[in-house]
Amino acid sequence: MRERRLGEMSLLGKLVVYGLLFVWTAVVLFPLYWVIITSLKLPGQVADGPDYFPFIDFAPSLHAWKYIFIDLGSDTFRPYLNSVIIAGVSTVLAMAVGSCAAYALARLHFRPRLLSVGLFLAALAGVVWAMAATGVSWQVAVASGLAIFLIAVFALSRVPSVRLSNGDILFWVISQRILPPVVAALPIYIMFQQLGILDTHIAVILTYTTVNMPIVVWLMFDFFASIPKDIEESAELDGASKFRIFREMVLPLARPGLAATSLLVLILSWNEYLLALFLSTAKAQTIPLLVAAQNATRGPQWWYMSVLIVIMIIPVIVLTLLLQRFIAKGLLLGAVKG
Amino acid sequence: MASERLDGWLDQNAGRLFLLPAVLLILAFSLFPLIISGWLALSRFRLGRDGFELKYIAELNFKKLLTGSQQFHFIGTFSDIPWTGWALIAIVAVLIGNHCLKYVKYSRITVIGVIGRLICFSLVASLTWMVANTIGPEGRFGSLSTTLFYVFAGVAIQFAIGTGLAFLCAQNIRGRSFFRVVFFVPLMVTPVGIAYTFRMLADMSVGPFSPAWKFLGLGEFSWAADPWTARWVIVLGDSWQWIPFIFIIMLAAFESQPRDEIEAAELDGAGPWRVFRDITWPSVAPVAATVVLIRIIEAFKIVDLPNVLTNGGPGIATESLTLHAFIEWRALNLGGSAAVAYTLLFVSTIVCVSFFQLVVLPMRRKRGMDSSGGSH
Repeated sequence: MRERRLGEMSLLGKLVVYGLLFVWTAVVLFPLYWVIITSLKLPGQVADGPDYFPFIDFAPSLHAWKYIFIDLGSDTFRPYLNSVIIAGVSTVLAMAVGSCAAYALARLHFRPRLLSVGLFLAALAGVVWAMAATGVSWQVAVASGLAIFLIAVFALSRVPSVRLSNGDILFWVISQRILPPVVAALPIYIMFQQLGILDTHIAVILTYTTVNMPIVVWLMFDFFASIPKDIEESAELDGASKFRIFREMVLPLARPGLAATSLLVLILSWNEYLLALFLSTAKAQTIPLLVAAQNATRGPQWWYMSVLIVIMIIPVIVLTLLLQRFIAKGLLLGAVKG
Repeated sequence: MASERLDGWLDQNAGRLFLLPAVLLILAFSLFPLIISGWLALSRFRLGRDGFELKYIAELNFKKLLTGSQQFHFIGTFSDIPWTGWALIAIVAVLIGNHCLKYVKYSRITVIGVIGRLICFSLVASLTWMVANTIGPEGRFGSLSTTLFYVFAGVAIQFAIGTGLAFLCAQNIRGRSFFRVVFFVPLMVTPVGIAYTFRMLADMSVGPFSPAWKFLGLGEFSWAADPWTARWVIVLGDSWQWIPFIFIIMLAAFESQPRDEIEAAELDGAGPWRVFRDITWPSVAPVAATVVLIRIIEAFKIVDLPNVLTNGGPGIATESLTLHAFIEWRALNLGGSAAVAYTLLFVSTIVCVSFFQLVVLPMRRKRGMDSSGGSH
């Protein structure tokens, strides 16, 4: 069908289409090419530039690669390993927590009472107020806030009230994505400081998990909703538990969606900068921070930065190529379906 | 026996157990920080001899930003409205008027609908007024206007180019999967890396385009010293990264358009332009609206590029709200920082929710997609 339309397209039309696509290919690839050749230049060559072609315009040198891998050594590998651990673990956690929630929202019915939600918010605000105004320690404040909340919920459990539905919960979870990280970063910083886990993997992992989970819920909800219900229903009649159905039937069916979504989440946490800047100083430093740190007092060290950018992109490109068929088919089914 | 009872209990509460971790995470790392942030925004932070002290000062932090000593930083410096400002005001007025007319004519008017529109339009009107007043040659943008510029200019460019590329790629041409993979690459680069890369590329004396600049007689010109060129370079870097995102989703949308309808229309002798206008575009419009919404949500949070590419300069010309909040935080003005962050939250929430209600939902209803997509 489309073939015929393109067949009707004149040679000129074809040339225009290919021309535009190749122009954009150049726009995409040229910056990357420039980064790669900059990583092979000596500082003097960069300062005297511009040089375009290695071996013709300038003699390539591996000095920057040597500096990053051998001279810096563990100072490169530690942030790199941190990034791998943090991005990997937080992606797995976000996928696990997010797809469980998405599945529950797609299949089961929730009817939380608006009153309970309101009470909970009031209790939470009370805890903060108690800590702020009266200087109670946070353990006492949280414990008593929880106790008051539970007592109030039980006391008012017979009062009829407006109930929320799955749609409301879904909207609430997804709307967390609107929250700018800088709003939450500061209190999270203070909270982790109080708990004594600032600048540790766990702090950054938990934060990334929370930030990325709404995306997982959003994309996976549509995936689960598009899986036919009857298989699960018959399995349930056979006596399989909901956990088994989810693990052994639903997850395998949703594999394309899981692959594409986790790739997106992985890229987001691999490249994240602002929250890492707040939450890590030395031990949990991630690789984007190391890239930014190459802007030293002697001016930006372009050649070192370029090496770091290159070694940051390579694993993501490899992963993307591996998962390519899933992206084509699976990624953003949610967005496409609305 | 005990384990059987446990299994039964687990199965009965499976739904809640599935949802619980997500809710706990959001409560601990989203909602609770939000409340603390609100309290910080209403207080003054001081480092004392024994740790720090926080004093409740009500709305003073916000007052300082909106009318006080930080007004130039947040709102901008006012001057006469130039013709571009009047043009902007006219466009926004026409859009709002047009929407109101349609609403009164065709929709069922509800109390919530009217209140929501009132909030949305009064915010849009005051933001437009602010931008128009600071856009002149004498005026200066504050971080709020700058952020709005990044969001609207950036998303418009990204959507136009991303959709155009997706449309070209959706034609039956050879090498589609090659373009698909290559065009996806910028999304994988860390924004910090993009910022440095664009600093190298935009270098007027040793960058790859420096011969061209010299040829054009622009060798002495410094883009980083002029507010508008600096802002455009940031929009350029941001667009380079995010066009792939719009491209890949719009490509999926173009590929799933109704083939049989197109076939029928072509048999009836409809030209390519009519096919596009009557069939292709309506079928991808809901997706387009959703993808624009996602981009608007993310664009409000921009920080890496201005921080690294221009360090907010010249002066404060390229500072986004998030960068503004971060700079205040670094200066240990926690209250001011939280106040900036809160206004960002306020503006972006109203813009995103309005866009969802006024653009995304109507488009979905038109295609009858609302029933399948849930209520998000």
